[in-house]
Amino acid sequence: MTSNFQPIAARPAPVRIEGVGPWVRTNLFGNWASSLTTLALLGLVAWWLPGFLRWAFVDAVFVPKAALCQAARETGGACWGVVAEKYRLIIFGRYPYAQQWRPAVATVAMVALLVVSCIRVFWRPWLALLWAAVLAFFFALMLGGFAGLEAVTTDRWGGLPLTVMVATLSIVLAFPLAVLVALGRRSHMPAIKTICVIYVELIRGVPLISVLFMASFMFPLFMPPGMSIDVLIRVLVGITLFSAAYMAEIVRGGLQAIPKGQQEAADTLGLSYWQAQRKVVLPQALALVVPGIMNNFIAIFKDTSLITIVSLYELTGSMGLALDSDSDWRPFKLTAYLFITAIYFIFCFSMSRYSLWIESQLSRSKNR
Amino acid sequence: MTEAIISFDKVNKWYGNNFHVLRDIDLAVAPGERIVVCGPSGSGKSTLIRCINRLEEHQQGRLIVDGTELSDDVKAIERVRKEVGMVFQQFNLFPHLTVLENLTLAPMWVGKTPKKEAEERAMVQLNRVRIAEQAGKYPLQLSGGQQQRVAIARALCLTPKIMLFDEPTSALDPEMIKEVLDVMIELAEGGITMICVTHEMGFAKAVANRVIFMDQGQIVEENEPHEFFNNPKNERTKDFLSKILGH
Repeated sequence: MTSNFQPIAARPAPVRIEGVGPWVRTNLFGNWASSLTTLALLGLVAWWLPGFLRWAFVDAVFVPKAALCQAARETGGACWGVVAEKYRLIIFGRYPYAQQWRPAVATVAMVALLVVSCIRVFWRPWLALLWAAVLAFFFALMLGGFAGLEAVTTDRWGGLPLTVMVATLSIVLAFPLAVLVALGRRSHMPAIKTICVIYVELIRGVPLISVLFMASFMFPLFMPPGMSIDVLIRVLVGITLFSAAYMAEIVRGGLQAIPKGQQEAADTLGLSYWQAQRKVVLPQALALVVPGIMNNFIAIFKDTSLITIVSLYELTGSMGLALDSDSDWRPFKLTAYLFITAIYFIFCFSMSRYSLWIESQLSRSKNR
Repeated sequence: MTEAIISFDKVNKWYGNNFHVLRDIDLAVAPGERIVVCGPSGSGKSTLIRCINRLEEHQQGRLIVDGTELSDDVKAIERVRKEVGMVFQQFNLFPHLTVLENLTLAPMWVGKTPKKEAEERAMVQLNRVRIAEQAGKYPLQLSGGQQQRVAIARALCLTPKIMLFDEPTSALDPEMIKEVLDVMIELAEGGITMICVTHEMGFAKAVANRVIFMDQGQIVEENEPHEFFNNPKNERTKDFLSKILGH
């Protein structure tokens, strides 16, 4: 007996499963446990939110008057006045007050460069030239000493410009170094492999603070007399070497996830080692470790706050500097901390969102 | 017989210190010859053909491919790889590149062909394997059979004299084996030198000049297909054939 294939016409789903109503029903009140959790969390928010709003806005002081802030402290209100009073010291540190337009312009240029670099249509060879130009502009404007600009040595630099510059340069220098070290650890050449292993293990074995101390205080002892390298550069090198060691291990993880067949196919096609790495292996390996690498970038951004201990007063350091020396305002450090927290958060959250965008771009080839 | 394009002269290879994977291999392949290599798993047949383009290195004996002796000399390896294309069991397409980019990568970077010309030639090869309409897709969007045909086209883009196939249909669903074999048969008719590790005995009968049976790292028996299948000389060959043809 034969039978013919009878196609069944497609029908819509019997219950709507898309839209706000169904989403709330399935995700927030799906069963009694999740309904209970939802209600409990809503209760927690309702209990906490009014107090927070009163502290942050209703009873808060927004004008830079220390006396009003003192009074607000009694009633339990925030003192945003400390930010209004000290924001220039917090953001620009010890940079000469009258000249602070210079770090402002330099930082805006640097951030604009970072934003431009993140956008796909600008990924062209001239972007490298733009980087060189903006970095030169940043350092020239910050240092001054020409065209009537007052010279400002690096020990007076501080605040957000220092944070952004140190983080950017460390990230930009550490990433290629990390890739080379990761490739080196997988090299068949014993000397290269050994050097890379020693480098990674040595750096990973010490805290960043001790690397910074060494860069700042010990390194000059080994220099020939009369020769000195700016502490800012030494610290930059220190952070770069430190971050690259960690990142190299992340990249190596990605390299190990690439099937051996990919390298073999590249070999068979006659690609050289570097061509194969650049065109075949690394694009896939790096795509796999975007979350880990971005984790590291964010960590570097926040780790820059440690350079305060070698007297480079970046954002956190300059905030301390601004308040510790002023007994009128010192009590309101908490609010100032919240202010710089917000600044850190904006940068880190942007990086984190950008990383998600990168991931979505890279997953195109995996979508069936 | 004309000058051999591939010649193995007492080639030996070990993995590590103790696993003797190729034992005294003597084999001469004439230009345009089509050879099928078969044998049980672990018999060294994949290793044999992977030595030809130096994905594996042999430790003893001489191996000469298209006039170049394979050794540690990087230039020699480069020269040989230019003339030898390879197709793998797992396709090994580059998943982050489109089909067209997979095909133009080596011509553009190794052969220094301008992009436009490389793309035109790639389209010729894609037409040849009947998959031109998929040029803009990514490999993982294609079926296994389609991916393997792309892999064949990718190897052909470098106009090799020799094509090596390492179990090209073993990872495919039965329905897709035929489309790949059809492409390989057409290729064989074009006169290219082919060495193919496969258990597709129908393919061997249809296109091979010679079938080689390997076991335990040795060439046990070689013959033209008719004799090989109908009149195997060696007991081990008979046993193997009865197992793979018996059902």
